[in-house]
Amino acid sequence: MTAVAVAQRRRRAFSLAKLTILLAFVVIFLIPIYVLLVTSFKPLTEADPGQAWNLPQTWTVEAWRVAWEKLAPGLWNSVLLAVPGSILSCALGSMNGYVLSKWRFPGADVLFTLFLFGMFIPYQGVMIPLVQLLVGLNELTGMQGVWYGGIPGLVLAHVVYGIPISTLIFRNYYVTIPDELIEASRVDGAGMLRTYWSVVLPVSGPAIAVVIIWQFTSLWNDFLFAVFLTGPQSWPATVMLNNIAGAQATPYSQQMAAAILASIPTMVIYVLLGRFFMRGLMAGALKG
Amino acid sequence: MRRVRTWLPGLLLVAPSIVAIGVFVYGMLGWNFQLAMTDKHDEVSEGEFVGLTNFIDIWDEARWHLSVQHAIVFTIAFVAGALVLGWFLAFLMEKGVRGEGTFRAIYLFPMAVSFVATGIVWRWLMNSGTGERAVGLNRLFDWLGLPQWQWFRDPDWGMAAMALPAIWQMSGYVMALFLAGFRGVPEELREAARVDSCTEWGVYRHVVLPLLRPVTLSALIILGHISLKVFDLIVAVSGKQIITDVPAVFMWVAVFDSHDPAKGATIASYIVLSVAVFVIPYLIWSVRKERRP
Repeated sequence: MTAVAVAQRRRRAFSLAKLTILLAFVVIFLIPIYVLLVTSFKPLTEADPGQAWNLPQTWTVEAWRVAWEKLAPGLWNSVLLAVPGSILSCALGSMNGYVLSKWRFPGADVLFTLFLFGMFIPYQGVMIPLVQLLVGLNELTGMQGVWYGGIPGLVLAHVVYGIPISTLIFRNYYVTIPDELIEASRVDGAGMLRTYWSVVLPVSGPAIAVVIIWQFTSLWNDFLFAVFLTGPQSWPATVMLNNIAGAQATPYSQQMAAAILASIPTMVIYVLLGRFFMRGLMAGALKG
Repeated sequence: MRRVRTWLPGLLLVAPSIVAIGVFVYGMLGWNFQLAMTDKHDEVSEGEFVGLTNFIDIWDEARWHLSVQHAIVFTIAFVAGALVLGWFLAFLMEKGVRGEGTFRAIYLFPMAVSFVATGIVWRWLMNSGTGERAVGLNRLFDWLGLPQWQWFRDPDWGMAAMALPAIWQMSGYVMALFLAGFRGVPEELREAARVDSCTEWGVYRHVVLPLLRPVTLSALIILGHISLKVFDLIVAVSGKQIITDVPAVFMWVAVFDSHDPAKGATIASYIVLSVAVFVIPYLIWSVRKERRP
């Protein structure tokens, strides 16, 4: 056998080993999903531990029906939270990113760094004052249960604390637009807003997609803000899910069905628009 | 004057965000610190300034010691686990494998799901029942002839088990970071090292790994700051139980169950400080690095 053939065989064996390990990890990664699905379709009679890993003998959507009934108000609240929240984040992030990359003022870099710190702060550090502020807003506006205990207050919090990541994503995207384009528009007499509207915004599509997806996912999945700021009327799906699952009486099949229901929107986005999701993740790593 | 006219509109456009960040991030961090330095231990009292008393007194509480220990064990297990697994997966994939897109999609998808939802499955998987009552992983391990565990109920290593769901959730992200890092290593550099009769391992050791350092640092920072403030996952898997208490859960209990704002603010301040000590240098470093061409 020639040396080349040996090397080739060794390489093939190596890549086979790699593939095997990767497949083993796929199985491990999918175990929780298997459990979720299988358990959610089981009738109560098959709840005993001995059959824990078996497929259901009789498939039923009963658990799904009950879970849907319990979770539906929360899911709706989550929609009311995540849709306006992500659109507002997108608008603010886009304007900030534009200015910080193309219409810079003295100290823009320092300001940007100060913004970025807002991305990393543990929100626990602002939570108690935030509650007090929103309670104050309730009294000030005479709107009980709107700011503190309501969805508008939760949207406000998410939009404000979403400014850093949205700004970062847009800024890093706008940096790639050639300065000449902006200059040309300036020479034509267009002002800042005009340039934004006619030159920058039309090419912002990918960044808008990244921010919407990223913000939608984090708003939808948020638990911390929701648990501190909302009440029973405005609980989003995560809090409601945790309450359902925390109740001793709730059978596993319902808990798992509810968990899947609460995850469907973000899963669908991930499957359909995973490419943009990835870019948002990378922006989180501060890679310019 | 003309220069001012060129940048002023920009500043005005960003002004709302500057105000918002100023008030909601820096103002509230300050407010929280200030609250932590008062004796406002119930909802109604005014709160007199007591300096750092709360920051010192909390160390007399057994529960605080426990929650700090838990956070440390969790952080070590989670950061090391996610870093090693993520790196390993990226290492296996970096030269390209068949179906790479599918592998990536599967490793990454847990990130799209909330900790609250996945916590429900993991609580089932890590059920501590053994023998006849075993469900979840213990039942599976029983079949496979492996020992059964207490998982997150283990008094010593419970928090390391608690890191398993977090590793499952985040290692795909680390993989994606490292994969981008691996692919960013110019092929010419590897080629040059090979020409200098480096073995494949040598190429890794001397060319690829040093170039991965910035990615590793980013991953460390991201995992570390997630870990120190971990909350959702713990609540979803075990609720408010002392056996898995961490500072973020303790703070929640202090605010809602003990109705002690000053104590909650003190714990929150400690969480912020623990993150700030490594995030601030990192941010300054990365912004400076970016400015240098």
